[in-house]
Amino acid sequence: MKAIEKMMRKMEPDHHGKWAKFHPVWDGFFTFLFTPGETTNKGAHIRDGIDLKRTMFMVIVALLPCLLFGIYNTGHWHYVAEKGDLNLPYWDMFGDKVIYGLIKVLPLVIVSYAVGLGVEFVFCIKNQHAIQEGYLVTGMLIPLIVPADVPLWMVAIAVVFAVVLAKEVFGGTGMNVVNVALTARAFLFFSYPTMMSGDKIWMSGLQNVASTPDGFSGATPLGELASMATNEPVHASIDAFQAKWTLMDSMIGSIPGSVGETSFIAIMIGAAFLLYTGIASWKVMFSFFAGGLAIGYLLNGVAVNPYLELDPIHHLMLGGFAFGAVFMVTDPVTAAQTSSGKYIYGFLAGAMAIVIRVLNPAFPEGVMMAILLLNVLAPLIDHYVIQSNIKRRMKRLKTVAQ
Amino acid sequence: MSKTITIRKGLDIKLLGEAEKVKSGVEFADNFVIRTTDFHGLIPKLTVKAGDQVKAGSTIFLDKGRPEIRFASPVAGEITDIVRGEKRKILQINIKATAENAYEDFGVKDPSKLSKDEVKQQLLASGAWPFIKMRPIDIIANPADEPKAIFVSAFDSSPLAPDYDFIMHGEGAAFQAGITALSKLTSGKVHLTLNGNTTADVAFSNAKDCQINKINGKHPAGNVGTQIHHIDPINKGQVVWTVNAQDVAIIGRVFLTGKFQAERVIALAGSEVKNPKYYKMTIGSSLKKLLTGTINEGKVRIISGNVLTGDKITADSHIGYYHNQVTVIPEGDEPKFLITKGWMGPGLGKFSINRSYFSWLMPGKKYALDTNLNGERRNFVVTGELEKVFPFDIYPMQLIKSVMYKDLDLMEKLGIYEVAPEDFALCEFVCTSKIDIQDVIRKGLDEVYTECM
Repeated sequence: MKAIEKMMRKMEPDHHGKWAKFHPVWDGFFTFLFTPGETTNKGAHIRDGIDLKRTMFMVIVALLPCLLFGIYNTGHWHYVAEKGDLNLPYWDMFGDKVIYGLIKVLPLVIVSYAVGLGVEFVFCIKNQHAIQEGYLVTGMLIPLIVPADVPLWMVAIAVVFAVVLAKEVFGGTGMNVVNVALTARAFLFFSYPTMMSGDKIWMSGLQNVASTPDGFSGATPLGELASMATNEPVHASIDAFQAKWTLMDSMIGSIPGSVGETSFIAIMIGAAFLLYTGIASWKVMFSFFAGGLAIGYLLNGVAVNPYLELDPIHHLMLGGFAFGAVFMVTDPVTAAQTSSGKYIYGFLAGAMAIVIRVLNPAFPEGVMMAILLLNVLAPLIDHYVIQSNIKRRMKRLKTVAQ
Repeated sequence: MSKTITIRKGLDIKLLGEAEKVKSGVEFADNFVIRTTDFHGLIPKLTVKAGDQVKAGSTIFLDKGRPEIRFASPVAGEITDIVRGEKRKILQINIKATAENAYEDFGVKDPSKLSKDEVKQQLLASGAWPFIKMRPIDIIANPADEPKAIFVSAFDSSPLAPDYDFIMHGEGAAFQAGITALSKLTSGKVHLTLNGNTTADVAFSNAKDCQINKINGKHPAGNVGTQIHHIDPINKGQVVWTVNAQDVAIIGRVFLTGKFQAERVIALAGSEVKNPKYYKMTIGSSLKKLLTGTINEGKVRIISGNVLTGDKITADSHIGYYHNQVTVIPEGDEPKFLITKGWMGPGLGKFSINRSYFSWLMPGKKYALDTNLNGERRNFVVTGELEKVFPFDIYPMQLIKSVMYKDLDLMEKLGIYEVAPEDFALCEFVCTSKIDIQDVIRKGLDEVYTECM
């Protein structure tokens, strides 16, 4: 340790020297390797062991099950597409699938981190700020919420767009209004719609397959569901849909979709970890599911097309709902900050996600839009919650005055 | 009507080095210092000069803005030096004590037979007034104010805090005289709040002329701010006074003996103290002799006060005016490598309110926490953590932010009048972004004081 510290100290740029501007970069690396020896000066002399790096690290650990499962699932659907066989046994060819998944997913992770951190470094040098840890999580989220086939250059552009316009212009980590990872996803969705929606992108390599057998569709379960609200339904009834994509498939995650969002179980492992360590807010997470369930049952009651008949439980396990609930909507910076505000925020976001899904066939998945919308509304929710606290205080003052 | 309160929010930080319940003497130190910086917002006006002889209770300086508030010498002796800082600001007054203590005589008086003004006069003349602090603002009380209540906490719940039940045992008469005197100063009540989890000493439980309340819960249950908030909260325009329990006894002695006997029992505690125990000590006394040989070698942080709100001092320094304990903990100025002791490590020696370190596996463990920030200053990112340790019906983060952008109107609405920096000590402890919250709140209170009061 001493040797590494000595080496780092040797490389430290002089604050007044030629490389002074790069001090934040050195600082970023040094504080990554060593929690600095900075001590308290005033106020509380002892401090809690946690810092932002630990918090972010915990989220990354929670994301690992999703990443690992996503790698395997990417490999699986690639071989399904290549062989044109929807009934390919899920756990066959384990090694091949893992290797293909790694080849597809690792570059996404690397590009996301390299480009995102690069942008962060540029801004830190420009503003002479310390490098803050927000991107550690964002950089892992982005590869998990895109299809595995998305070209790397698109990811790079989306990351630059999101980090600059959603975060740095507002002042960096902790100051952003909307979730950075979702901004990147939204940018891809609206800028390159052909790469982010449709039937060809959810099974890696399907675009290169010359012909597929009749009845073979590369759509995600949600895509097939969305078609049921139109004139050309893939399935005649919800039962037919559930025969193809069972609840168990969603639980395990053996369905096509974005890299990390398919497996309910993997996401729940992450959720349990985040809740047990106390990093994520259970209030937001719980109310997001509650909101989704509530609106799901409501739609069941008024079902005018087969889609609306889908079991709400199944709804929550499809697409990015669970992933959004655990890793996206809980982002403390963009969520509501007050305790009761968190319930309202989560509930509305969950309800909105399902509403967009079922009532707007243009967007098979509504989670991204719902969370971005509620990110923008969160300060308003907080405002009203705080006003009620202020009113309580005013009332107390009035009763005293009488 | 006596009240019983239970708070669910809060945090007990378990530290090593709790003081053993033994009162010990310490060799007489003839070197005393009164630091004017112990009194927030005070501009002192000296009434003595170097070379003057003083007795215990002699006025040595006044508050320039409120000259009726006098500050007394805690001992008899000679003023040896007046230390000044930038712009000749008076920082401290050094007193060389004579071995034989001599007291100014303020006359033995029975507080129950005195009028409000007579009590006030006795306290102001004897230099005991600065023990009374006011909320809002958390400065020395204004003698012209009419407080709606006076609050005394019968226990201190902060980490390694001295046990008042032990200290005050046998001080019942002086404590009672002090409470009676205080009860004359308010049209409302004197609230004495006991710890609901333990049996209080008779000095507290038999107290009269006051309302005895009980509070259950973790720290900050013992903070007078928490008690005020749950018993009789401060609204805009109202004033509440607070006095520390040991200082009530000093006030009581002014009436019982006519003398300003500024003696306290302090706890010397902390993981770097060899035999932590209690010592009898006069305010402003030098700590040099006390700390010689009783603390571990190496880099240590010596704190006058507790680990959450105390002042950093040096080993040859003096105990602060308001402090009941001296705490010694390890200094943590060494960088910590990421996977052994840093942010990626298992963190068995790190205490945290959440379970992100494996130390949660040992819930009863006592820690030797050092002064490392355990991270770097950041913008606010994590929400909801401050609320876990802040038992007020106040939104802490929103209040802190309103202070940061100096919105006086919003500060007022969010409850700045009800809080003192010490109420935010735990918030500061748990803050992931390592923001000096107590300092922020102090600045907010100063702002409110200059603009609104």
